Amino acid sequence: MPAERLLPTTEAHDLVALVREIARDELAPRAAEHEEQERFPREVFRLLGRSGLLGLPYPERFGGGEQPYEVYLQVLEEIASAWMSVAVGLSVHVMSSYGLATFGTPEQRERWLPEVLEGQLLGGYALSESHAGSDAAALSTRAVRDGDDYVVTGTKAWITHGGVADFYALMARTSEDRSRGISCFLADGRTPGITAAPPERKMGLTGSTTTQLVFEGARVPAERLIGAEGDGLKIALSALDSGRLGIAACAVGLAQAALDEAVAYAKQRTQFGRSIIDFQGLEFLLADMAAAVGSARATYLDAARRRDRGLPFRREASIAKLVATDAAMRVTTDAVQVLGGAGYTRDFPVERYMREAKVLQIFEGTNQIQRLVIGRELRR
Amino acid sequence: MNIVVLVKQVPDTWSERKLTDADHTLDRDSADAVLDEINERAVEEALLIKEAQGGEVTVITMGPDRATDAIRKALSMGADKAVHLSDPALHGSCAVQTAKVLATLVGTVEGAELVIAGNESTDGRAGAVPAMIAEILGWAQLTQVRKLEVDGTTVRAERETDTGIANLEASLPAVVSVNEKINEPRYPSFKGIMAAKKKPVSTLTIADAGIDASEVGLANATTTVLEAAPKPPRTAGQRVEDDGTGGTKVAEFLVGQKLI
Ligand SMILES: Cc1cc2nc3c(=O)[nH]c(=O)nc-3n(C[C@H](O)[C@H](O)[C@H](O)COP(=O)(O)OP(=O)(O)OC[C@H]3O[C@@H](n4cnc5c(N)ncnc54)[C@H](O)[C@@H]3O)c2cc1C
Ligand SMILES: Cc1cc2nc3c(=O)[nH]c(=O)nc-3n(C[C@H](O)[C@H](O)[C@H](O)COP(=O)(O)OP(=O)(O)OC[C@H]3O[C@@H](n4cnc5c(N)ncnc54)[C@H](O)[C@@H]3O)c2cc1C
Repeated sequence: MPAERLLPTTEAHDLVALVREIARDELAPRAAEHEEQERFPREVFRLLGRSGLLGLPYPERFGGGEQPYEVYLQVLEEIASAWMSVAVGLSVHVMSSYGLATFGTPEQRERWLPEVLEGQLLGGYALSESHAGSDAAALSTRAVRDGDDYVVTGTKAWITHGGVADFYALMARTSEDRSRGISCFLADGRTPGITAAPPERKMGLTGSTTTQLVFEGARVPAERLIGAEGDGLKIALSALDSGRLGIAACAVGLAQAALDEAVAYAKQRTQFGRSIIDFQGLEFLLADMAAAVGSARATYLDAARRRDRGLPFRREASIAKLVATDAAMRVTTDAVQVLGGAGYTRDFPVERYMREAKVLQIFEGTNQIQRLVIGRELRR
Repeated sequence: MNIVVLVKQVPDTWSERKLTDADHTLDRDSADAVLDEINERAVEEALLIKEAQGGEVTVITMGPDRATDAIRKALSMGADKAVHLSDPALHGSCAVQTAKVLATLVGTVEGAELVIAGNESTDGRAGAVPAMIAEILGWAQLTQVRKLEVDGTTVRAERETDTGIANLEASLPAVVSVNEKINEPRYPSFKGIMAAKKKPVSTLTIADAGIDASEVGLANATTTVLEAAPKPPRTAGQRVEDDGTGGTKVAEFLVGQKLI
């Protein structure tokens, strides 16, 4: 059953109706097959682009939808309920556009933001390296100024949309200073010297491409430096605050899908002469799943509303990411339990949901790192 | 060329649909209401003609207040303006009354030369309203159309019925009703949704439209629904084990049902 949403405007209502229609008719029917065949659905992102869904939280003047996070995140949640890899891809695209949209000069925004938001292009976010995951500031990919260009050398790891993205928000080292020595670039995906390694062979989210991204003397024009030299880590972490809200919304959408599947099955499956939902042992399990979905949704929406009002929200974003992704892991695991043996087969989507939930506790800051951020904010 | 598209808000075929016990009219609260899919195709066809030849697309609906949602959907797809007739007196109107009212509204749209409707709504399913409107207006009627071409003042269409395909040609003005093969309707874009907010919608009562209350509504309908019953649940069916005589048994069953 779709979640009943309290939306602030008529256009938000119409937007969610449109997204539900696209999710039902275009995403849900294709998800299982693409995931099984580990195929990235580039054409689906073109449809989202044409429909105006790739730039929702950014200014209308540059081709965005100018929607508050409260609305954008609920769109993301609806998409996640139909197809997780697509929702994560959308969230990553929005995060990749964040540096340019927020820290770009007026000229940079005028020049590149429209094409980034209008939906023909897809973005990637290149921060992690194999030795610099949780400890992102340890990254060593280097950008050395040479005339009007920076020459970039190094290897990024775990890059969502690696090799398929049209542009990357790239964090690279411009000096030895650990945190003030990192800079942010808007790198064109076609730049000579940028290549993607073969995709990682993942446990889930197999419709989404994750690769190492290799920079071998790639020349990125200096006009593509976002913010000042040394602002990169600040920009990256600020993008992650918003990105984590996106991941929280994706988690809730996934959990909602698992709950819906479990409830439908429990109503129709009989054992001992009754529907299994009539056994209190199972009914309470479903009730706890619904409580987890509802509380996770409330948590990310509260954080989003703070963001929309211009209030600080770093702690709330980390809480939302932690609460929602842990909820998704629990709810999807319990959904497999509700379906019994059927849940353990690929004939039903819940085992896939369970595999997809796991990564949510890992990327955009592991849930240990979220606790670290929350703790640091408490100590202030 | 100015085109009118007749659109109707109907209960979502994805949700359970019911009639009210009191007067056997549609229980509009029991299901989500959406723009009828066949009408999305009608809008799409109008937009294609407009995009190729210019002009303006006006959508008209007769329906309760919440039919504004269906209007906004049509506007967000790209229609230019809308007329919404909403009045409690219209509740329970029959197909003839509906056609008369819609014909009156078509007359208020300046320069309208072509009306595009669905061939049959998914709720009422009379499949008669467009033809009646053509009759009332004295315009040509091209119904059940799967392919449409407008060339100057000539309209050419392929009508598809159970008995075959007919090639039709008429001069404007004309009323066309389309079937589900006519096209694949576009999705609105979020830009379209934002633009729809600013497009003119004139909301009329029957008095505004110059329609007399004695000509519409359940009490004055030309037909009456006396009784309605939900579709019986599906029965288990009959199982044929194939022990070499399966084919014969299936054939006997079909003959018994007068299907062959
Ligand atoms: C599918 C997928 C997509 C990804 N997409 C992107 C992308 O698009 N762009 C990008 O830049 N990155 C991406 N990542 C990388 C992701 O952000 C990292 O995997 C993540 O930050 C964890 O880093 P790590 O894998 O190196 O783990 P490690 O940092 O090695 O962590 C291993 C374990 O140690 C724990 N740990 C580490 N430090 C601490 C500490 N201080 N206190 C307590 N526990 C600690 C962690 O919580 C974890 O449990 C993606 C990853 C995956 C799996
Ligand atoms: C529960 C129920 C009770 C009914 N009770 C009665 C009754 O008591 N007496 C009676 O005579 N009839 C009754 N009807 C019939 C009902 O009045 C007709 O359904 C209605 O008048 C329109 O006909 P239709 O939707 O079947 O049109 P169709 O001819 O199937 O519609 C074809 C096309 O005409 C256009 N169109 C139709 N209606 C509208 C509209 N309102 N606004 C804009 N465009 C429209 C659309 O483009 C549509 O796709 C009842 C129907 C139902 C479902």
